[in-house]
Amino acid sequence: MRGALLGPQRSRNCISEVFQSFLHRKTGRAAVITAGWQERESQDGEIRAQIGWNCVNLHLYRRTELLFSTDEELGSAHRARQDQLRLMQEFYRFRLERTFEAALDIERKTEGSVMHDEERQISMEQIRRLDADHLARCKESWRAFEVEVQLAERPSVGRHREEIQAILSDCDVVVIAGGHVAALLNRLRLFGMGTLLQPLPLIAWSAGAMATGGQVVLFHETPPEGVGVSEILDQGLGLHQGIVPLPDPRMRLKLEDPLRVGWLARRYEPLRCVALDHGEWIRFDDDSWSIGHGSVELLPDGRILRSWAQS
Amino acid sequence: MGAIVKVLAITQLLASQPNAAAVAAFVQSHDFPIVEGPKVTFCYAGANLDGVNLKSWIYGLPNSQPLVQVPNTPLWYRTLDIPPLSRVEYKFEIVRDGHGHWIEDPLNPNRATDPFGANSVVHAEGYVVPEWTQADPEVRSGTLEPWTIPSEAFGEVRRLLVYKPARFRKTRRYPCLFVHDGYDYVRYANLKTVLDNLIHRLEIPSVVVALSTSPNRLKEYADDARHARFVTEEVFPELESKLPLIKKPAGRCLMGASFGAVAALSTAVRYPGFYGRLLLQSGSFAFSDIGWQNKRGPVFDPVIKFMNRFRSNPTPVAERMFLSCGMHESLIYENRSIVPMLQAAGIELKYVEARDGHNWENWRDRLREGLSWLFPGPLRMVYE
Repeated sequence: MRGALLGPQRSRNCISEVFQSFLHRKTGRAAVITAGWQERESQDGEIRAQIGWNCVNLHLYRRTELLFSTDEELGSAHRARQDQLRLMQEFYRFRLERTFEAALDIERKTEGSVMHDEERQISMEQIRRLDADHLARCKESWRAFEVEVQLAERPSVGRHREEIQAILSDCDVVVIAGGHVAALLNRLRLFGMGTLLQPLPLIAWSAGAMATGGQVVLFHETPPEGVGVSEILDQGLGLHQGIVPLPDPRMRLKLEDPLRVGWLARRYEPLRCVALDHGEWIRFDDDSWSIGHGSVELLPDGRILRSWAQS
Repeated sequence: MGAIVKVLAITQLLASQPNAAAVAAFVQSHDFPIVEGPKVTFCYAGANLDGVNLKSWIYGLPNSQPLVQVPNTPLWYRTLDIPPLSRVEYKFEIVRDGHGHWIEDPLNPNRATDPFGANSVVHAEGYVVPEWTQADPEVRSGTLEPWTIPSEAFGEVRRLLVYKPARFRKTRRYPCLFVHDGYDYVRYANLKTVLDNLIHRLEIPSVVVALSTSPNRLKEYADDARHARFVTEEVFPELESKLPLIKKPAGRCLMGASFGAVAALSTAVRYPGFYGRLLLQSGSFAFSDIGWQNKRGPVFDPVIKFMNRFRSNPTPVAERMFLSCGMHESLIYENRSIVPMLQAAGIELKYVEARDGHNWENWRDRLREGLSWLFPGPLRMVYE
């Protein structure tokens, strides 16, 4: 699979630029997914104008509302799973924050001592174990949900999948906008988009870039409350491999703090943490990455690297 | 090299042995009070006076501090040490012919209003009015709707204002805050603007807020069974039957300041398991360690009884609680005292102190921390 991942489009958009330099075509048909915007899903005029192609919105959010209103059993099971996921996420966050605070205390106490490197490694292993356990539980929860509601065989879902597949068969590219990453991810998975999207080139930004990777990492290092530790939300669609996209680093990251940069990079190894600012974009072709414009990689030693992929 | 010591503006003026014209020029050329590092100089210009007193409500300092007259001029002044980030409300008492008269500082444009009128405000070094408390034209505004609730508990119809967030939808489920003295929170603490802004910034989720008012708050808010019944058995059921609310403790929050905080806490104690969130500001949590006597007056008697009872058997009345208090108010002692008790009871508590007093702008300035602690917004989930 090939595609392009973009940073936020709010203050500097690069959709037109990406279409021109990535797809090398002036016209075509684009499938658009704006489910991350939730109730504002259909307000996609600005994107259509920037793309300039013939666009069709897949309306995954509206489809889900319709689906749950007609298939109440599915809706009820989905809500129950969401409630369980919210609690799992909260408990995981509790564990994470306390473990992270302990790691910082130990980091301070061992500064300059011979124990420093070993203790840091142990702290990191504990955090990575929490991440791995949480990810495994999320996967299991989804697997159990699919079995419980027989998602693949369910006629109410199948009808939508067929409609979507028919639309996609007539499209040249799929575009996934940002927004609420959990809302977006839920809809993408409900309709089996991981499989349906594979034949098409992908252009996705912010939450769209996050939801389509191998695992979704939530992050904000200066939130109005809390300690600002990143956390794994769930597995993503797996349409691109090898990186953790981190959109809007100016608002959400402390790239000037080597300690935080190093922790973040080491935590998600072997994945590479790549920050995508407004207007920046990168492209992938299976597991090969190159830079379209801008972006930086966060390195385990706390530095940031601009020419992290071959342009 | 030694540190550079800056001579205060008032000291320079005094050294020049000014006449009336020099004083007039001094007044014209400065903003008042004059904030110079941790030193704040209050000034008042007026002739034929017996005296001028600075009236403030800072616990630990005298309530009344006299200003000194600059010889042979109508200028009065007093310099105080006020720590950085402080916010202090005050008035001047002008004494003429043996009679005192309280006024706002005519040289200071900063003022704060409350149900009793208005005070002048000094912003010490480093304090700025938080920008999220001010109206933002980019932000979509929620609505305030008048509601009435027929109350059996009180035997009369009570009125509420109900805040619905922008983009309110019946298909969503919202947390609900019940705010004691809610009308005053809107009027004096910009609560509606704060809600609009924090929701817009994704720092809190969209919420529904019931803003209440009481005709006799000192009685009804002091652990009154009727009030607890009104809120829990009448208001919440009415709201939850007509609006798409999260009908679980984690979605229900009681909020209040001063006696309103007592009402919130005592209501939660009377209905264990019903409320999951409490936001308590400068709570009038008076208690006694021996006996029931109190020096705060008879309106506090039921509060003392309630607090003593609660302190003897503290229970986890809410899963999560935000507690704040000003360092300049006498209630700081009680509020600090209950922190370890609440934590030991198993409540997830965030406690915040500010260099401010028992006033609405102190409560306004803590709303972001409190609301985002109790109801973290989708900021972590939304990547546009």
